[in-house]
Amino acid sequence: MWVPVMKQIQTFTSTYTADVSGVPSALYELGGMSIMHDASGCNSTYNTHDEPRWYGSKSLVFISGLSEMEAIMGDDQKLVDDIVKAAKDLKPRFIAIAGTPIPMITGCDIAANARVIEAETGIPTFGIDTNGMHSYVEGAGEALFAYGKAFIKKDIAKSPSKKVRVNILGATPIDFSVNGQIESIEKFLEQNGFDVISNYALSCNIEKMANAALADVNLVISSVGIKIAEYLLAEFKIPYVIGVPYGKKLKEDIINSLNKAASGESDIIYASDLNEKLKNQGVYIIGESVTSKSLAKAIYYKHGITPIVISGVELGNTFHGDIIKSLKVRENVALEEKDLHIEDEDEIAVAIKGARVVIADPLYKPILSSKTKFAENPHEGFSGRLFRKRIINLVNKF
Amino acid sequence: MLKAVRVEQREIAIGKTLNEVDVTKPFDTGLEYGCPARGTWNIAHIGFLVPECHEVFVCAANCLRGVVLTAAEMGTIGQFSTVTIKENNVLDGNMEELLIDGITSIIEKLKTKPKAVLVYTSCIHHFMAVDLGLCYKTLRKRFPKIKFTDCYMNPIMRKSGITPDELMRRQLYTLIDKTDKKDNGINILGNNYPTDETSDLIRLIRKSKFKLRDITYCKKFSEYNDMGKSKINIAYLPVAKKGLDFISRKLDQEALYLPLSYDSEVIKKNMTLLAEKIGVDISKFDFKEEEAMAALRDAKKVIGNTAIAIDYTFTTAPFSLVKLLLDNGFNVKKIFTDSIGEVDIFNEIKEKYAGRDIKVYPTVNVSMRVNERGQKEKYLALGQKAAYFTDTNYFVNEVEGGGHYGFDSIRILAKNMIDAYKKEKDASNLIQKKGLGCGCQL
Repeated sequence: MWVPVMKQIQTFTSTYTADVSGVPSALYELGGMSIMHDASGCNSTYNTHDEPRWYGSKSLVFISGLSEMEAIMGDDQKLVDDIVKAAKDLKPRFIAIAGTPIPMITGCDIAANARVIEAETGIPTFGIDTNGMHSYVEGAGEALFAYGKAFIKKDIAKSPSKKVRVNILGATPIDFSVNGQIESIEKFLEQNGFDVISNYALSCNIEKMANAALADVNLVISSVGIKIAEYLLAEFKIPYVIGVPYGKKLKEDIINSLNKAASGESDIIYASDLNEKLKNQGVYIIGESVTSKSLAKAIYYKHGITPIVISGVELGNTFHGDIIKSLKVRENVALEEKDLHIEDEDEIAVAIKGARVVIADPLYKPILSSKTKFAENPHEGFSGRLFRKRIINLVNKF
Repeated sequence: MLKAVRVEQREIAIGKTLNEVDVTKPFDTGLEYGCPARGTWNIAHIGFLVPECHEVFVCAANCLRGVVLTAAEMGTIGQFSTVTIKENNVLDGNMEELLIDGITSIIEKLKTKPKAVLVYTSCIHHFMAVDLGLCYKTLRKRFPKIKFTDCYMNPIMRKSGITPDELMRRQLYTLIDKTDKKDNGINILGNNYPTDETSDLIRLIRKSKFKLRDITYCKKFSEYNDMGKSKINIAYLPVAKKGLDFISRKLDQEALYLPLSYDSEVIKKNMTLLAEKIGVDISKFDFKEEEAMAALRDAKKVIGNTAIAIDYTFTTAPFSLVKLLLDNGFNVKKIFTDSIGEVDIFNEIKEKYAGRDIKVYPTVNVSMRVNERGQKEKYLALGQKAAYFTDTNYFVNEVEGGGHYGFDSIRILAKNMIDAYKKEKDASNLIQKKGLGCGCQL
């Protein structure tokens, strides 16, 4: 029987972390309280598979415990009352509410509820427009953007500095696990004469994060960081560089790009671009676009091979929202023309048919042909905690 | 690598004395916290008890992630697939088409066709009134050699009617064919673990002419299907009671509910009832009660007055267990449960031990996230949540009664308590593994 290429099914592979989990992940260390407006499942999905910091920590992430009757009756008051009560007991710095499928279907106005809660508690409250149907890039990106908009000091005096000041944007365990990669990036920048103002937001410092507008340039290390990078560009005219410092030569590219952007040469620099060198040599990387493109360029520098990147991560409405009207970044963030943005398993399988080598999370292995060599690059955003011990700190060990 | 999270929270008094607990509503409901104890089985784990099956979940991305990684962690992702619902499906109203074509495509790609497909639909199907009847009718027509059943991942129904857990343990047996050719078979329904051969229940059945069947024994689909030949169904977990009644009616079998208990009278009553049904002379049955109570006394000698904490996941009869321990001199101090199912037993405990320093705590209340877990004294915990909330490595690592039953369960409990008291475990590592006994590959 002929089997058509079918969208929206995963016969053999996994799914990426969803938008609603991206929200608490991005805000986890910032002293707030994140609520997933959901019946139950989001709770364990997030804290089991998407949150390596959960055990023994006290970060406030909860679900609303939405019931059938509350959904049918449109009982948003219960949500408001429960959040207000918890906020009065726990006194978070801020509150973030993320939506899921059923609130979307019943037309629950998350943003309006957030405003009511903010009025009742006096605590900054963000309604994040998630519905559990998009990827973490949207949820985490929106969350960092909402946080930055609320907490970055706007009237901060920016005095001249001998060092180029930089923020690191888009740091979550979903893309970088908790194996020290973010600390390694900070160290790399400091050792090369940069002053790291803040990172958004893994192993971070909230006082420093408030001073993000002091930066001369931002380093975007994942798609999650794009929205706040665009905000900082629009609001404070801070340019940004896209790329993760993997390997010696790409690190040099990133240093040069940061200096160039800081000097006002360009608003956005794609440090991971291979440009005309990018040719299909039968080598593919599947994953999030910024980290994968950076890995591809590092591989080119080391081995002379130019892998094609297949970004399987859905970008959702991040780049079609109305908060930032004039996004300057490419539609597919770090991807170049010859790279691919494919979310469906069947279509990815077709794209890599005949590949010599595929570099991807181990849960992609079942769709490879037996002739294709596989190199694993575990991604928490795809396989959760399953291969966490095998995730390499590529910043240090490429 | 990890830095301390910046939250400076106060302790929130949440524990209640026995007298303070209102059995109908022990704690206020509100936002819910999920502690990192993951030993209880979820619906994906349970579905894999059906031999030679394939699971397909049809849900939004976020709902899929927890179950697909459940399958990946237990090494069964080859028997697991998903169909992702997106906004366009909700808006276009093509949910039936997506389900039918998605599952068709999945089955066509499987090299080894499953004997059965468990299709899990979700809250969204319920709210959009998706015509599931049409979906299953079409799938059965397309794949006449494969059996399909409807399973549900609809946590929104937790507080209305049959719970998702009860429903799963009912639907698990709906693939069994009804037959008029009954034999001397007796089924145990609703358990994730096989019941111990040393248990009172199994020893009694083995003395009869009845052949014991249990989904946990089945390696082939045909063995599972043979459960339809049995005359009697037994269940002893409360969560299996509704499934027991439903399946027994459906397959024309006799239902026997013998609730798990640690009370001598209840155990004997249950065994007497079973003995009558299966034709065994109960007067000749050795309950080994004294052996069990002697084991408990030995445990008391070793454990002494050490504080004990119990949670509701350890056994489906937590207050029956609490009463047994208190009646035998153990120092039970903390009980973790969000509801109280055994009201009469709770009231007995309250009457008898009202003056004791015993507190009941919730597990999902937000306060449990911020309250200090560390205790000033050594705690012996029964259950993973109790171990987490008292921050102890001295704990008995079991869920849902562990497959123990009768006086034998008391004997095993006593032994396990001594072992746990004497030897520390790595709680952080053990309790975060999903589905205790499912072969979590972490």
